[in-house]
Amino acid sequence: MTHPYIPNAEPGVRAEMLAAIGAASVEEFYADIPAGLRLDRPLDLPAPFVAEQDLVRHMEGLLGRDTGTDRALSFLGHGCYPHYVPAVCDEVNSRSEFLTAYAGEPYEDHGRFQALFEYVSMMGELLDMDVVNVPTYDGFQAAGTALRMACRHTGRSRVLVSAAISADKLSKLRDYLAPDIELTLAPVGADGEVVVRGLDDSYAAIYLETPNVYGVVETRGRELAGLAHAHGALLVVGADPISLGVLAPPASYGADIACGDIQSLGIHQNYGGGHAGYIATHDHEPLVAEFPSRLFGIAPTKVSGEYGFGDVFYDRTSFAHREDGKEWVGTAAALWGITAGVYLALMGPQGMREVGETILARTRYAMDALAGSVTVLHPGAIHFREFAIEVPSSEALLGALRERGIYGGVPLDGHTVLVCVTERHSIADIDRLAAAVQETL
Amino acid sequence: MNTAESFAKLPVAPKPPLRRFHQARWDEPIIFELSAPGRRGVAVPGPGAAPVELPASVRRAEPPKLPEMAQLHVLRHYLRLSQENLGVDLNIDVGQGTCTMKYSPKVNDRFAGAVAELHPLQHEDTVQGVLEIYWRLERMLAEISGMARVSLQPGSGSAAIYANIAMIRAYHAARGEGHRDQVITTMFSHPSNAACAKTAGYEVITLMPDAEGLPDIEALRAAAGPRTAALMITNPEDTGIFNPRIQEFVDLVHEAGGLACYDQANANGILGITRARDAGFDLCHFNLHKTFSTPHACGGPAAGACGVSEELAPFLPGPVVGFDDGTYRLETPAASIGKVRPFLGVTPNIVRAYAWIMALGGEGLRQVAETAVLNNNYLMHRILAIPGASAPWGRRRVEQVRYSWQELTEETGVHSEEIGVRAADFGVHYWTSHHPYVVPEPFTLEPTESYSKEDLDEYADILAHVASEARSDPAFVKEAPYNQSVHKIDMTSLDDPGEWAPTWRAYVRKHLS
Amino acid sequence: MTGEPAIGLVVNPVAGLGGAAGLKGSDGAAAQRAALALGAVPRAGERAARAVRALLSRRPGARLVTVPGPMGEDAVHAAGGTCAVIHPPAPPRPAPGLAEADGPMGARLVAGTTAQDTRRAVVALAGVDLLLFAGGDGTARDVLDALRELGGQAPPVLGVPAGVKVYSGCFAVSPATAGLVAAAFRPGRTGEAEVVDLDEDGYRRGLVGPRLYGTVRVPEARAAFSGRKTGSSGTPPATVEAVAREVVSRMRPGVRYVLGPGATTRAVGREHGVATTLLGVDVVEDGRLIAADVPEAALFDLVRPGKTVVVLSVIGGQGFVLGRGNQQISPRVLRAARAPLLVLATQRKLAALRGRPLLADSGDEDLDRRLSGHVQVITGHRESTIYRLRAASEEYDG
Repeated sequence: MTHPYIPNAEPGVRAEMLAAIGAASVEEFYADIPAGLRLDRPLDLPAPFVAEQDLVRHMEGLLGRDTGTDRALSFLGHGCYPHYVPAVCDEVNSRSEFLTAYAGEPYEDHGRFQALFEYVSMMGELLDMDVVNVPTYDGFQAAGTALRMACRHTGRSRVLVSAAISADKLSKLRDYLAPDIELTLAPVGADGEVVVRGLDDSYAAIYLETPNVYGVVETRGRELAGLAHAHGALLVVGADPISLGVLAPPASYGADIACGDIQSLGIHQNYGGGHAGYIATHDHEPLVAEFPSRLFGIAPTKVSGEYGFGDVFYDRTSFAHREDGKEWVGTAAALWGITAGVYLALMGPQGMREVGETILARTRYAMDALAGSVTVLHPGAIHFREFAIEVPSSEALLGALRERGIYGGVPLDGHTVLVCVTERHSIADIDRLAAAVQETL
Repeated sequence: MNTAESFAKLPVAPKPPLRRFHQARWDEPIIFELSAPGRRGVAVPGPGAAPVELPASVRRAEPPKLPEMAQLHVLRHYLRLSQENLGVDLNIDVGQGTCTMKYSPKVNDRFAGAVAELHPLQHEDTVQGVLEIYWRLERMLAEISGMARVSLQPGSGSAAIYANIAMIRAYHAARGEGHRDQVITTMFSHPSNAACAKTAGYEVITLMPDAEGLPDIEALRAAAGPRTAALMITNPEDTGIFNPRIQEFVDLVHEAGGLACYDQANANGILGITRARDAGFDLCHFNLHKTFSTPHACGGPAAGACGVSEELAPFLPGPVVGFDDGTYRLETPAASIGKVRPFLGVTPNIVRAYAWIMALGGEGLRQVAETAVLNNNYLMHRILAIPGASAPWGRRRVEQVRYSWQELTEETGVHSEEIGVRAADFGVHYWTSHHPYVVPEPFTLEPTESYSKEDLDEYADILAHVASEARSDPAFVKEAPYNQSVHKIDMTSLDDPGEWAPTWRAYVRKHLS
Repeated sequence: MTGEPAIGLVVNPVAGLGGAAGLKGSDGAAAQRAALALGAVPRAGERAARAVRALLSRRPGARLVTVPGPMGEDAVHAAGGTCAVIHPPAPPRPAPGLAEADGPMGARLVAGTTAQDTRRAVVALAGVDLLLFAGGDGTARDVLDALRELGGQAPPVLGVPAGVKVYSGCFAVSPATAGLVAAAFRPGRTGEAEVVDLDEDGYRRGLVGPRLYGTVRVPEARAAFSGRKTGSSGTPPATVEAVAREVVSRMRPGVRYVLGPGATTRAVGREHGVATTLLGVDVVEDGRLIAADVPEAALFDLVRPGKTVVVLSVIGGQGFVLGRGNQQISPRVLRAARAPLLVLATQRKLAALRGRPLLADSGDEDLDRRLSGHVQVITGHRESTIYRLRAASEEYDG
């Protein structure tokens, strides 16, 4: 049988093509592969489900064994967030023209260029910065690249990194900045904010994250920007864009580079497969020169009133120090950028403010609701979307909650649990969590 | 009453030899120009609890100047933009060589959607299905590559290359051989091999092609030594030529104490034919969005897979999925390099790649490879019949060919890029090559198994037509495109810091204020 | 932007004559006479017109400035354009008495155009923002000479390939491209390109020998808009500066570095902070310039066995690293140095060799053979390749 995905496997056409080429069999095309390297047996793979309906049955059998957050009450966050995804976001990113395209020219793939230009432009408004990249893989990569950019820009090789970031992100940064960049941690104070006691001229950057891993909104950004700048270093701020309808954009308190993940902007949790990273700077040529990513810009066409697009500053090689910490650009997460653009266009300025206000209020409500039965950490700090609680046993609490259909949070260690609250959690959901926690303890 | 005069006759005449294509042209404004105050696309629930007052130090002072639009108008704008885009589903996408553009089965998108609401930190007991898919896909890729273990964490091919180089670094460090500071690659391997190695701190030695188009093995002999950490090589290379001495390359590097790392981005023509481990490689990587059919998504999300030998397995990025006593568990390898991206991997694409292999099986994969190679050689046969087109280094090719228009360019002054843009007027793409152009006036075609003979004939006819246009009216070709969403773009401002506009706000500031 | 930049044009009407006649060059009145006698038709004017046509198609309002007749004006008219014409000062002596021939486009060809005419025209057009010249490497040398006279007033230039030998980096890849690059030119955005030429006497006898004569400023051409695949690496090829940085980072105390001629080796001096010469051989040690533009004998005295590194760049398109314009680095110097060669070239330059080896022609075939094998070539910062080097005598013997 000719497989539905392989039209030219049909024997008649296959013979016709071989005859046209003048080859006896496809074996001729493999003449360069030595006999000793040829696999002399069929691949040992499971028997296939060639009929689509059989494949569907097999896949449904597997996928049906998962209990997603839509079939439980989930307070899981810690880098992947359950924000509401408007239907239009899914509609646009499942369009076959976007989903199956790759890298055409700005003519036949004009739509992709414009959609991504609009994404970076809307991010620019949110961030108050003029230059934003076409998305990189994820927020981890964005932070790693932003710090490498700072090092290249300053010609220095030490960075001071907030300790209030996730262990996984720190692991990525350690690996990605090795071996030439030294990473020092700034400790977390009792109030949940990062403490920077001093700096010297050997540092390329301070990396601050807000809200930080505990959901705490850092309030001393301006002070840290001043400190960094006094020592010729940059302030790099990791910020979740969904907070920026209410929280001040990093640029407003002096950040030189902003970065982060855009999964919160209209992208499902996808079991961790919905991430994309942004990096933003002011329109300052030397810093723009350090972007390893693509930047799209408007260009005129032969026809008046027509927008064309192309790569801004494509050839960034002739600038000093670029080769010293070369990075790469490749297939990353463009479709999530388009999706985040759709989200921002749907939300508009009011929607972004309102979602921020709702999250702030419900986070505080949840902290207050849980404070009755457990210790809520950093109660005096402003929290956005997440907060940490101290419990006798993370495992025991979460296990008991799971039995009640609640994914209660992410264990940070044996006694600390991170609870995430978004606009999707109603007051009743939060009350249900609080009651269940009280009941299980 | 029918008083209209007839202006056309039945039967409808046959189609002309070339398709009369025109790309959608909506002349769509930039989204900010569609904004009107007060409109909105979605409503957000109110807090339902006491509002939180923010201190001025962290409060946003001015609302962001995002567009304000009703829902239909947001949707319509983006649907128009989507129409001004050509995906694999719409064109004969054989021209984006090295990218392995193939059909991404629609049913697999449905499976991918089934993981939308899974959170990556759910307890293992609640995600046994998706963990089993990770486990099973890992086992299948291990069989396809011959490797012991496979990580599915990297977000793309280049990220997988980076993960491999990080493992190489960790491996040597663990053996007290951290002094190995050189990585050897080749000119026709994907440039990310060199770029990732440099990011990881290595000095890079790139072997240039010899007169046969193959990397010079004598140069490798001279390059390999006590400073060699690894050879990172693509095979078949981006020329489509399989290096028949690959085993010797691997052996030379092993003798010098280095590791051999196989970039299998170009694996589509050799599935089930030859395996990385069987040639002695210690590490390899696949691009799931190329060979294993997950959609390219305008440039990601993609997914990469790193395969390693038993010896390298302890260094894999964590976590990996283990299977024990009927249950799938997340485990962190003993000497893991740590995270290369958040969580376990790009799960929707893991699910799609798994489903794709499950629809084909071992026999089917071999049929994929053989058909991709047949298609390539058939298309080469058609392309080489076009006057002015050539393929350097003879006719031996696996799954793709880097061709040259040098002869045509010398005759007409029309460059390969310009021919590509004009070809788009007929509804197809093509891509030239990475820089620097070793093959002059290059174009790289990779007709995967997805395309029919009729598709390949149509594609070749289009290029033949454009080549003849270049001869008869070079200026016409140079001024292309004509049938696209927009006309010829003047790119000069994009390099001028005073003029460039990487965002709308920069455009407004520099050009409209 | 303030107004249209002025684009100058100088045509060497006899360029390319020899090629058609199989003469491998058109330098010198004798060669030109021979070519005309063999029925050669001059093509330089036509090729210049092609460049002008491309320029005007992209930039219809371009301001063209040129010199009278076949040295420029005719080509502009043939392209359907208009131009301002500047008359260079009259030649101090009459042109050699060559027969006049009919040029293409019906223009009258003054076949006696000399190198001096080219130089005078360039000087007359010194006020333009960009000067196009049509010709080959010989013409490029004449232009270079004139630009040197002009010093700081010299405009950037761009070659329209119209000669037999077009090895210099200052030429566009085709006449049309030259026009398009000129159309996109913005004053102030320039790079540096080498002018090389072959010794035509040698060339006619089958011995290829490029020599570096100097560098000129050329428009910084934006990379062609295609080839920007998202999936490809965004790390474009390394620059001459990156190569220089790598060489400097490899320099060790107490070692003498002999820097051969060339823009790449001069960049090493610049990176090192010493004023080395473009065309001469220089010696540096411990960050100091020990000697500049050293003749062979002095160089021999400066070489210290085992503590000297000879740094060479690839001259021209044939891959020569020894024996072309760097004869000071003689066999006895190389023997005395007893050190491997350090060769510098960007990947682009090596790619242009299309798999052919680098060549050594030191003047001592035994030594050339001994140097043969695989040498390390620095291609960027922390980037290199291992490339085949052959004795030129063997390569040309087959």
